[in-house]
Amino acid sequence: MVVLAGVSVIVFALVHLVPGDPVRLALGTRFNQDAYDTLRERSGLDLPLVQQFFTWLGSAVTGDLGVSFRSGDTVTSLIAERLPATLTLALASILVALLIAIPLGTISALRPRSIIDRFATVISQFGISVPDFWMAIVLILVFAGTLGWLPSGGYVALSEDPLGWLQRLVMPAVVTGTVSGAVITRFVRSSVLEAIGADHVRTAQAKGLPARQVFTWHVLRNALLPLVTVTGVQLAYLLSGVVVVEIVFSWPGLGQLALQSVQARDYPVLQGAILLFAVVFLVINLVVDLLYTAIDPRIRR
Amino acid sequence: MTGAPVPPPDAPVAGQGDAKGTSPGPTALRPARPRWRETLGLLARNPTAAVASLVLVGIVLMAIFDETLAPQGPSEVSVQDRLQSPSWAHPFGTDDLGRDILSRVILGAGVSLRVGFLAVGIALVIGTLIGLLAGFYGRWVDDVLMRVMDMLFAFPAVLLAIAVLAVRGPGSGNTALAIGIVYIPIFARVTRASVLGVREEVYVRASRSVGASDFRLLTRHVLPNAAPPIIVQTSISLAFAVLAEAALSFLGLGTQPPNPSWGLMLAEGRGFIDIAWWLAFFPGMAIFLTVLCFNLLGDGLRDVLDPRQRTLMAGGGR
Repeated sequence: MVVLAGVSVIVFALVHLVPGDPVRLALGTRFNQDAYDTLRERSGLDLPLVQQFFTWLGSAVTGDLGVSFRSGDTVTSLIAERLPATLTLALASILVALLIAIPLGTISALRPRSIIDRFATVISQFGISVPDFWMAIVLILVFAGTLGWLPSGGYVALSEDPLGWLQRLVMPAVVTGTVSGAVITRFVRSSVLEAIGADHVRTAQAKGLPARQVFTWHVLRNALLPLVTVTGVQLAYLLSGVVVVEIVFSWPGLGQLALQSVQARDYPVLQGAILLFAVVFLVINLVVDLLYTAIDPRIRR
Repeated sequence: MTGAPVPPPDAPVAGQGDAKGTSPGPTALRPARPRWRETLGLLARNPTAAVASLVLVGIVLMAIFDETLAPQGPSEVSVQDRLQSPSWAHPFGTDDLGRDILSRVILGAGVSLRVGFLAVGIALVIGTLIGLLAGFYGRWVDDVLMRVMDMLFAFPAVLLAIAVLAVRGPGSGNTALAIGIVYIPIFARVTRASVLGVREEVYVRASRSVGASDFRLLTRHVLPNAAPPIIVQTSISLAFAVLAEAALSFLGLGTQPPNPSWGLMLAEGRGFIDIAWWLAFFPGMAIFLTVLCFNLLGDGLRDVLDPRQRTLMAGGGR
C-alpha cells in the first residue's frame, strides 16, 4: 500500500514535470484565449498542484483516470481499447517462453556440461543479448519480405479473423517470447540443478524409487518455486507493453499508447498508463507470493 | 558525479574490490579478498569470458580511435553512392544518403559506450551508496530507503526511461540519466543483500569493538567484501544499458540525428529493409555483439568472484 501511494505520487510528479503546455498543444492552430481558458479550467489545470493530485487520485481509485487532452475520450476507455492486444501478446509470449525454457532448461540441467547443455547456454545467452527490435526487423525481412508468409504487422481481433489474428501474432510473440524464454531457461536450469543435488532426492533414489517418479515428485516440484517467480516478473514486463516490439509490428498495445501519449504530451493518458503498469506489477508480485504458499507448504505458518 | 571517469570494461569498478588494505593491523582480522591478478588469471582460464573481454577491449579501442579508424566521416554525404550493397569500397554498404555504414558503426560505438558507461556509473554510485547504508544501518534507514527503491522498481524499465526523457527532453546525456535512474534500485538491492551477509562477520565486529568509525568500517571492511556481486552486476548492467540506449534511440527519444547511434541507425534503416537489408543489419549486429560480450564477461566474473550468486541474478533487470 505504501509502495502504491508512493508510486502514484511519482507518476503524478513525473508527468507534471514534463515541459510544454498540454492545453496549448491540444488546441493547436485553433488557439484562442477563450478556448484556452475553458479547456484549462475544464481539465482542472488551473487549480493548485496538490489539489490536482488529490482530485486525480480520488477519481483514479474509482476507475476514472480522466480525459485525454488529445482525443477527448476517457483514459479508461483508451486503455480498455488497447488491453486485448496487450493481453494477447503477453500471454502468447509467455507461452512461447515457457515452451522454450522448460524443456531446454530441464534437459540441460539433467545433462550438465553435455553438448545439449552447452548449446542451451549459448542459445539463452544469445536470446538475452539480442536487441528485440532488431530481431523483429530481421524476422519481418525474412518472413514478410523474402518469403512472404506472414503480414509484417498490425492486429485484428480473434473474433473477426482467426487466421489473420494468428498470422499477425506469431512474429511478435516469437520475438518477445524468445527474449523472456532465454531469461527463464537459465532459471529453470539452475533451479533444477539445485533440486537434483538436494539430500531428499538422493534419499528417494536410494530407496529405489523409479527415476521418473523421483524426477516429477522430488525434483520438479522443488524447482517450480523459482520458475513461478521469474515467470511472474517476465509476465509483468510483457504486460507493461514491450514498447519497441509493439512499435515495430504496429501492434496497438499499451506500450504504443504510452509512447504516443509521451509524444503528444497527453498527461492524463500517460499517467493512467504508467499507474496501471505499476499496479499490474504489484498485483503480479502479490499473486506470486500467494502461489508460493500454495506450492510450498513450508511457507505457510 | 556524472562526469566521473568510467571504468574500463575489463576491470569494472577497479579499486572497489581492490586489496588496498595494506594498513597495519592484526592480520587475523584481515578477511580474504578477491585479488585482481588472481581474478584476471581465473578469468583468462574461462575461454568464453576471455574472448568476450578481448572483443570488448577491441570495441573500446575502436570507440577511442574512431576518427582515425573510420574510412569516411559519419556525415559525408555522397548522392551517387546511395544504397550501395556491401562491397570492397564499402564493406557494410552505404545508406540512403550515401554515407558509409562501416564508418557510422565505428563512430556509433563511442556514443553507445559513453551512454552505457555513464548510465551504469550513475546507477552504480547512487545505488551502491543506498544499498550500503540500508544494509549497514538496518532498521528505519533500511525501511525508508528500500521502500523508495521498491517504488522505483515498480515501474517498467523502458517506460520509466521514456517518462524521464519526456521530462528532460531527448539527447545522449539525458538518455544516460534515464537509464541510470532505472538501474539504481537493482544496484541498491544487490549491494544491500551483499552487505547483510558481510555486516556480522567477525572482522567487522572486531573492528567495531576496537572503536573504528562507521566510515572506516564501511570503506575498509564492508564495501570491499561486499563488492563481488556488485562487480558482476556492473558488467551485466552495461549490457542492458547499451541495449536500452539503442532501444530509446530507436524510438527517437535517445541520441538525436545526425549523430551515429546504433539504435538510431536501426530506426533509419528500418524503412529500407525491403530494398537494402544492410542498413539495419550491421548496426544491429554491433549492438548484439557488444551486449553479448558484456553478458558473457558478467557470467565469467560471476563464476570467478561469486559462484554462489549464480542462481540469484541470472538475467536480472530485463
